[in-house]
Amino acid sequence: MKKGSGLKLPADTAPFFRDKALAGRMVAAIAEKAASLAAAGRRANFMEVCGTHTMSIAAAGLRRLLPPPVKMLSGPGCPVCVTSQGDIDRLIELALIGGVTVATFGDMLKVKGSKGLDLQAAREKGADVRVVYSPLDSLEIARTEPSRKVVFIGVGFETTAPVIGGVLVRARAAGLKNFFVAPLFKLVPPALEALLSAGNTEVDGFIMPGHVSAIIGPEPYRFVAEKYKVPCVIAGFEPLDILRGVDALLGQMLSGRPEVDTEYSRVVKAGGNPAALKLMSEVFAPAGASWRAIGKIPGSGLALSRAYSAYDAFAEFGVKEREAPEPKGCICGLVLTGKASPPDCRLFGKACTPSSAVGPCMVSSEGACAAWFKYGG
Amino acid sequence: MPGKSGLKVPAKIALAYGSGGRLTHELVSGLFARAFANKALAELADSAEIKAGRERLAFTTDGYVVSPLFFPGGDIGKLAVCGTVNDLAVKGARPLALSASFIIEEGFDGELLKKAVLSMKAAAAEAGVDIVTGDTKVVDKGKADGLFISTAGVGLIPAGRSLSFSGLRTGDELIVSGPLGDHGVAVMNARNNLGLSGLRSDCAPLNAMLEKALSAGAVRAMRDLTRGGLATSLNEAAAASGLSIELDEEKVPVSPVTANACALLGLDPLYSANEGRAMLFCPPSSSAKVLKALRSHRYGRGAVIAGRVLGKGGDVSLRTAVGGSRLLRMLEGEQLPRIC
Repeated sequence: MKKGSGLKLPADTAPFFRDKALAGRMVAAIAEKAASLAAAGRRANFMEVCGTHTMSIAAAGLRRLLPPPVKMLSGPGCPVCVTSQGDIDRLIELALIGGVTVATFGDMLKVKGSKGLDLQAAREKGADVRVVYSPLDSLEIARTEPSRKVVFIGVGFETTAPVIGGVLVRARAAGLKNFFVAPLFKLVPPALEALLSAGNTEVDGFIMPGHVSAIIGPEPYRFVAEKYKVPCVIAGFEPLDILRGVDALLGQMLSGRPEVDTEYSRVVKAGGNPAALKLMSEVFAPAGASWRAIGKIPGSGLALSRAYSAYDAFAEFGVKEREAPEPKGCICGLVLTGKASPPDCRLFGKACTPSSAVGPCMVSSEGACAAWFKYGG
Repeated sequence: MPGKSGLKVPAKIALAYGSGGRLTHELVSGLFARAFANKALAELADSAEIKAGRERLAFTTDGYVVSPLFFPGGDIGKLAVCGTVNDLAVKGARPLALSASFIIEEGFDGELLKKAVLSMKAAAAEAGVDIVTGDTKVVDKGKADGLFISTAGVGLIPAGRSLSFSGLRTGDELIVSGPLGDHGVAVMNARNNLGLSGLRSDCAPLNAMLEKALSAGAVRAMRDLTRGGLATSLNEAAAASGLSIELDEEKVPVSPVTANACALLGLDPLYSANEGRAMLFCPPSSSAKVLKALRSHRYGRGAVIAGRVLGKGGDVSLRTAVGGSRLLRMLEGEQLPRIC
């Protein structure tokens, strides 16, 4: 956000998207379809892929509104949560290198590495770790403090990557030699392919992420409906968007015609956002990425393109890829793949709470465990 | 860890221990309340009740470290008076006198100090209370952040008045005195230079408005909603009474500009701080009269009935606008550092 711009806030649109009467009619429509499925002895496990959906569902108390057999499962769509333990270790190693300043979104501070250390603890050991609200702020640090080598932690999906790509374009134009990105970006469609091809039979329908889809458009999900015959809907983040999405998924199940339905058409267009896609293809190149508890998925991440390879923090500082074990007792991996719900974990709410989190799903404000803890099931 | 003394204190005091949420509560009950153990303190109310002969006095103190010192709708001086006056008023006390203690950083601008002091004078005049004693300290540059103010206040509790969460009963109605979250969001906007326009703190002395409410009808308990917001205060009420409380999201007043700023910044107005809002619990037979009295005062025009006391439990739940339901917990960790 531009500082001091006197940005005028738009009129409040929230009441429309939370209209109680409309919500009531949608819940009735959902109940009717759910009853037909139940009568046929079928289940309806729907995965909301995106962490923002997880939070919206919990904050609006939708779980208690949805009739059986509809069950919502969280997916691998919280960027902090899916960052592998080995990659967290690499970030902590980076932060502890002399002369390095790590700039990061706040959520990454408290994710523990395999030795129990997080970036906050690294800071107490003398590392220079700063929280920024925009990646542009990290560029500003590099500009005003030329003696520091500034590393921005590039964690996020197709939504975050173009923003950081834009920052890299500026860094190059400004000729900055002390700015780097630790590229840990993830891509949603390859992760879904990995889930489905591994024979994941838990999911009867996907609520696809709204913001990611605004960038990539609906086409990249087509294989989910066509090859794996699983219904898909791209939904917005207001409670009514999500109810409409659930209704659409039930409709597809009943008709037996899975497709990619775009409910969030006020934001998501065919072909996505061409400017963002072009920028991403210039700055980044597809690469393998490590996902927490899922492992390495080919083509599921973004590395820096040849033209921008000089900005790769891992290459610059010689910090190598590695694997590391999950925290003991933590079932974040099962939660991220829809195989368990947060209260299934014996640490949940006891040894693991937002103020002393064991796993990343409790750390991130978009994590499934944090949502469940804060808002209840 | 509890040692021989039974005192519980974390190894290091993280910022979140001052957030007004769950961790603050842990520190206060584990260390201060245990170390100083006495009956007046044990209530952990906004003001302590002490006896002086036949009279009952309310006594309270508060430190103000807000950054920035001046923000739309208020400043550290106005806050220091209103916060303490409000802590007395929600116990049903009529403020008698305040003290003010200043910790000033070496090199602080004299004109700004004057501005803060004049603001205190104006707020005290509005509340109808004098600042009768004080203290001044100047510390080395870097040992404080410009200006910190502490105030304390004493008030007289009229005979027969007894306000406490332990008096809540199933079926009581919850009144919120106006739109929520304005102070926290306005200060955050000013501090981080976020550039959002139209945000304004609700900082105000509430004693006159609450006095009006108390004379209109029966009130069981009141609290001014400061750090941690309505959600945290409701959890304190639920824990203290052992009863569950339900809040209607639809009824909760939030101004459109604060609602939008919260949506933009990822904040929740239910946890955002207020400095001129209160919640009141009334039996159903008096809630309409109390509501009318609140609305007749300029600081209570936006008052509404927003929830109710349920049966045994001690939880707080939110009935969401779309008809769902979920838990409403105490603030975990830090939403807004140093806002009052």
